[in-house]
Amino acid sequence: MRKTWLTPGGVHPPENKQQSLTQPIGELPIPDRLVVPLSQHIGAPSIACVKVGDCVLKGQKIADSAGSVSVAVHAPTSGTITAIEARPVAHSSGMTAPCIEISNDGLDQWIASEGIADFEHTSPSALLSVITEAGIAGMGGAGFPTAVKLNPGFQRPIDTLIINATECEPYITADDAIIRERAEEIIEGVRILSHILGNPSNILIGIEDNKPEAIAALRPHIQDTGISLVSFPTKYPSGGEKQLIYILTGKELPSGQIPADIGTVCVNIGTIYAIKRAVVDAQPLISRVTTVTGKACAINRNYNVLIGTAVSHLLQHNNFDQQACSRVVMGGPMMGFSLTSEDVPIVKTSNCILAPSYQEIPEDEPAQPCIRCGMCAEVCPASLLPQQLFWYSQAKDHDRLQAHNLFDCIECGACSYVCPSNIPLVQYYRNSKGEIKTAQQEKVKSDHARERFEFHKQRIEQAEQEREAKRAARREAAKQAKSTTAGSGSAADIVAAAQARAAAKKLSPEQQQAKLERAVTSAEMRAQKAQEKLDSATANNDTEEKLNVFSAALTAAQQKLDQAKARLAEHK
Amino acid sequence: MAFKQITSPHAHAAQNTAKVMQLVLWSTIPGLLALSWHFGWGALINILLATITAVLSEALIIKLRKRSVRFYLSDYSAVVTAVLLGLALPPLCPWWVVVTGSLFSIVIAKQLFGGLGYNPFNPAMVGYVVLLISFPVQMTTWVTPLALLPEGISHPDIIESFRIVLGGSIPVDGVTGATPLDSFKYALGLTADQIYQQDPLFSRAKFASVGWEWVNLGFLVGGIIMLASRLFTWHGPVAMLATLALLSVIFWDGGSSQSPGSPLMHLLSGASMMGAFFILTDPVSSAVSNRGRLVYGALIGFLVYIIRAWGNYPDAVAFAVLLANFSAPLIDNYTLPRTYGHTDRRRATEKVED
Repeated sequence: MRKTWLTPGGVHPPENKQQSLTQPIGELPIPDRLVVPLSQHIGAPSIACVKVGDCVLKGQKIADSAGSVSVAVHAPTSGTITAIEARPVAHSSGMTAPCIEISNDGLDQWIASEGIADFEHTSPSALLSVITEAGIAGMGGAGFPTAVKLNPGFQRPIDTLIINATECEPYITADDAIIRERAEEIIEGVRILSHILGNPSNILIGIEDNKPEAIAALRPHIQDTGISLVSFPTKYPSGGEKQLIYILTGKELPSGQIPADIGTVCVNIGTIYAIKRAVVDAQPLISRVTTVTGKACAINRNYNVLIGTAVSHLLQHNNFDQQACSRVVMGGPMMGFSLTSEDVPIVKTSNCILAPSYQEIPEDEPAQPCIRCGMCAEVCPASLLPQQLFWYSQAKDHDRLQAHNLFDCIECGACSYVCPSNIPLVQYYRNSKGEIKTAQQEKVKSDHARERFEFHKQRIEQAEQEREAKRAARREAAKQAKSTTAGSGSAADIVAAAQARAAAKKLSPEQQQAKLERAVTSAEMRAQKAQEKLDSATANNDTEEKLNVFSAALTAAQQKLDQAKARLAEHK
Repeated sequence: MAFKQITSPHAHAAQNTAKVMQLVLWSTIPGLLALSWHFGWGALINILLATITAVLSEALIIKLRKRSVRFYLSDYSAVVTAVLLGLALPPLCPWWVVVTGSLFSIVIAKQLFGGLGYNPFNPAMVGYVVLLISFPVQMTTWVTPLALLPEGISHPDIIESFRIVLGGSIPVDGVTGATPLDSFKYALGLTADQIYQQDPLFSRAKFASVGWEWVNLGFLVGGIIMLASRLFTWHGPVAMLATLALLSVIFWDGGSSQSPGSPLMHLLSGASMMGAFFILTDPVSSAVSNRGRLVYGALIGFLVYIIRAWGNYPDAVAFAVLLANFSAPLIDNYTLPRTYGHTDRRRATEKVED
């Protein structure tokens, strides 16, 4: 057995996974309408490339990837685009987001496509663009565009590929189910990934020891592939990227860096399956396996769900009893967020819909004062001091919060889970993180504004100074002029003085002639240049506008030349 | 249709503050039994008086602060403070001593700062120190242990004990006596062996001193129960006891007349064990990280020994704890744990450079 390391802290909440594993992955009837959000991933939201009224086929691209950190979006079934507008989406903020609504035509007709049978002889960059075009983002919950993650660049050579099959949160069994049923395809996906990353020397599938059936399903397929299956003791939150890297390799990911900086890439096992389907079977990401669980639903099971299916559709299909339900959670009980409405769509990162009864998850009790017992610090997987973070969060002491490494908190919820005073600790940290980020942005803006203001002030001052200097010089000159013409006061004298100045400026006839001749020469040269420009433009077949401009310039130059010649002739 | 918006996590472990406090109360029982057996009904009466005063005064203050009395009283924290104070006070001391101490603990040392979780000092110890300084006679009149009572004299029964406490009358002659630390400190000119032979407090004892050794052992048992229930970590108590033992070993000069006492005596006399497991582990006023608690416990052990050996008072746990409470925020600034992904521990006083 390969060695594993033990992370600090952690909790052992009741697993509650058996309920949803009694049946194989089920299918759902396709709903009449599917609402597909344009942003189901980290990075720039996708840009719609269809219009209202268009007919689309299943798997057809309906939104393009926007920029380098983005993915495409595809139609989950065939039908007509009925709306492109803001709709409620599943997000803890409860805000709406742009979505494309497709009305199902009942035919479920696929678009024609061709997969890559021999991926081992396809270039990694071609495979990466297939992955982006197939709309694949991390399906473990974060939704980072997978192709970007798999392309860390030359500065970051990858020697370890970790496949995250941990699924440490209670209730969620989606990954467990797909491993049991699709192990062979998953291993093929792992091989595709290995090829893209240049065959890293360590390929590790990390899985908790509470999934013996999944482990047994994978074992036969990893023989002689160089892939290691590493199982480790169950503990929440071992499935966090930082924790999993430590458990499997003993290396800590330095704060502020990404796994690629230490030569590691960590991918969820559901994403691996999606990659295989995209590359080999040319199927874009239009569905995922979601666990529906909790005692408020009569049926607990995993389903293949089309992206864009409303949560209400799922709940209805499983005989949801709203009266018995304390809250509907998208995700698991530790990190999932509660939904304010069941009319939000399933997206690429929706791994679970949890509808618990009041016995399973009762109403939250009001928070009591913090007694600083330190139980939170004992379970923190990042070795933070949650009680201090809470204290400074209430005091809004940003400096102390950052000195206590607030941004290293992974928001796993273990601290809140054990708090005897029922304090919603994670919410305080999220709030403080937001406040600090906003304050930093404000500071950047105000620093910039201050710089501009100071420069502006300086420039104005300088201009003032120059003007002052000029005025002073003029005053001096005027004073001097006055002092030289002092004494002669009569008007006749002043006129005579002005005439004398004009005569002094006048040129002799020879000088005049020479000046006029020079004018003619330079006018000739200018006319010549204008002609040359026009000729070359005509030869290059430039646009008509340009030709017009040049011929007008030529005409003007000619006119000037004629005028200069006339003046010379006059003078003669 | 709309659901409630609630933040994660949605699951919760079964622990709550009331249960934590109740477990502390249960853990005092071995020590309380030893106290009652060896020293009579006084301890129980003290606890009763202190608890009534504490609960009533806390209810009054919470009412004045316009909060929900039921919610804030239901965490049993006032009861714990009162019980600890009752255990610390001399048995059969007058009722007004207990009531004053309890009032001071709850109203001044706890509620004035904001209630549970906001007090910088251990409330029970603040009450005890105020009493010690204000009423030195009453606070240094102890009861003779059962085994040493003269023939024909026994500890007052419960009615008599109540009468003594409430009436302020003096207990029967022969019932009061000194504590072992008192004896040791004020037995000038005698070597340790001589003290042990002469003073029946020591000569009839098994490990350290009659009666008191069992009380301390009782509190040790309670402390182990709480450790096993993971109410707190081992760092604070072990650091204190280890430092105390270490210092007494270093300064144990073979038992001469100048010696401050043997390690065993120090560990099993006075309030050592109660201080280690019940007083210094009060989470609100102690240091926060594990390493911080090691420093905090060591500081308390150090101060207890210094004051016992060379200070004016025979026992020093209360003073030591209060002094360490002063230092706890400073200790916290410099004992942050090393966070995942960082190579060094940071200091809380770091300024962030932008």
